[in-house]
Amino acid sequence: MDGDVGHLNLSISELENLSNDCRKHIVRMIHKAGAGHPGGSLSAIDIIVALYGTRLRFDSSNPDWKDRDRFIMSKGHASPAVYSILHEMGFLSETDLSTFRTLGSVCQGHVDMKWTDGVDFSAGSLGMGLSFGLGCAISARMDSSSRETWVMVGDGELQEGQVWEAMMAANFHEVDGLKMIVDRNRIQNDDFVNVQMEIGDVASKISSFGWNVKEINGHDMGEIVDALKWASEQGPAPSAIVAHTTKGKGVSFMEDNPSFHGKAPSDEELSLALEELS
Amino acid sequence: MSAPSAGGASRDGYGSALLKLSSDPRVVVLEADLGKSTKSCLFRAEFPERTVSLGIAEQNMMLVAAGMASSGKIPFASTFAIFTERAFEQVRNGIARPGLPVHICGSHGGIHTGTDGSSAQSIEDLAIYRTIPGLTVITPSDDISAEELTIQLLEHGSASYTRTARNKTPRMYDEESVKELKIGKGSVLRDGDDLAIIACGVMVSEAMEAASTLAGSGIDACVIDMHTIKPLDTELLDDIRMKCGGIVTAEDHSVIGGLGSAVAEYMSSVGGFPVQMVGVEDRFGESGSSSDLMESLGLTRDEIVKRARGLVNSR
Repeated sequence: MDGDVGHLNLSISELENLSNDCRKHIVRMIHKAGAGHPGGSLSAIDIIVALYGTRLRFDSSNPDWKDRDRFIMSKGHASPAVYSILHEMGFLSETDLSTFRTLGSVCQGHVDMKWTDGVDFSAGSLGMGLSFGLGCAISARMDSSSRETWVMVGDGELQEGQVWEAMMAANFHEVDGLKMIVDRNRIQNDDFVNVQMEIGDVASKISSFGWNVKEINGHDMGEIVDALKWASEQGPAPSAIVAHTTKGKGVSFMEDNPSFHGKAPSDEELSLALEELS
Repeated sequence: MSAPSAGGASRDGYGSALLKLSSDPRVVVLEADLGKSTKSCLFRAEFPERTVSLGIAEQNMMLVAAGMASSGKIPFASTFAIFTERAFEQVRNGIARPGLPVHICGSHGGIHTGTDGSSAQSIEDLAIYRTIPGLTVITPSDDISAEELTIQLLEHGSASYTRTARNKTPRMYDEESVKELKIGKGSVLRDGDDLAIIACGVMVSEAMEAASTLAGSGIDACVIDMHTIKPLDTELLDDIRMKCGGIVTAEDHSVIGGLGSAVAEYMSSVGGFPVQMVGVEDRFGESGSSSDLMESLGLTRDEIVKRARGLVNSR
């Protein structure tokens, strides 16, 4: 059966609708849990939806299928974004989503491969996912498999030195099956990235490590889909997409607001958010 | 048991084990520049296509190994023991937490490493790795047991940390007796009822010498090679508790958190038992030859004998 699993090839409008549904899941989950990270989930969700909707080959009835494409969510605090798409793709039930962050839930605070079908990495400590993805991509090449490995990192996460160790190694080993997406939402835990420790021209830095790089608007579905396809076709160097995004995208009072990096909406804020997303 | 004979260093056993494991295509080797030192270079020379060189970047290496394990490989990743510690959180969060079967080897462990000085002498690795749930912690006593225990990791199914030594140690096993070894089971090298000397790594041969000396003065000590610090062989400890009057532990490691602590923790949990620990008292090492350092820091057969006599006399 495995060889028959293909891309979903959803249309732009289908993807946009799916994103909107996911945004609603995201704010509901975090509100119910009373904790979580809405800002980075909302900035990342359009890209994640486009990935699942057009590029990743997976099978929700066989989550461990060896030749599935891997999605490594390195910014694991944005777990609601992942859980929302896994729900839409048939891995998780609505009930699963409602247990987010509670004892025994398959929806752990940070994405965790040990707990959740469809999750390929145990995140939560920033800076590790690209290295893990590199290991997956090297293994795929050793296995002569065409499976791809997509890693999403945050921009604040690029302050971690390990990410650059991984970039250097991926280029040296010409691991073209490795694809990185930077969610450049310009905000980290405490404040704006340029206040905490600015990371500068991310695209040219990554390019100087030998990667193919493309910059896009991470909320323009057409641009995202084209960029994902572009990244898939590059080689022999690995490829990166620097996606310029807005933290909290889609909920006006969360947009570009550092205080919604890791804060749950109140009852009233949830109503407002759902109203804006309806 | 045959008498100790001249052998190589336990790191040599690690290197030869990798070669013996090479027939399994799942086995891959990861290096962070120190393959010539850890002896993974032996595998690399024969199987470059299954060796991944990651440069002096241990944190990246640990997670690349984790990613490969998640893809069905059985990765063996090595560097100096001290530099694995740099990636402690990567081991904890990236390897052990998701339960991925990555096998880490930290060579040049302990003050036995010698002249490089304190920056290279890991005396806390066993302690820190012992705190990680599900991580097996091994420190073999000689080259031949290092080879055997490393080979057994192939089917171990969960993450492990093995500490090897830079310098040669006497061989405690022969081709036949080494086959009796099992990860998680202490190896009784000498029987005795008065007390037990439980040692690991390079201190096992010292423990055997100490037992000979003690026998000369009528003290009958058994000697255990506790090559696996975690999971600890508590069954064997229960036997010792029933038949012996006390325990002396001996390790090339801080007395805080290592083999001695593991034994004492267990013994206190079952009602208490006299335990004396020979190891590095709370201090860093320094440059010096292996033997001068062991002497200077009290990691000797004489120290074991002294502690053993103290235990016997206090009864």
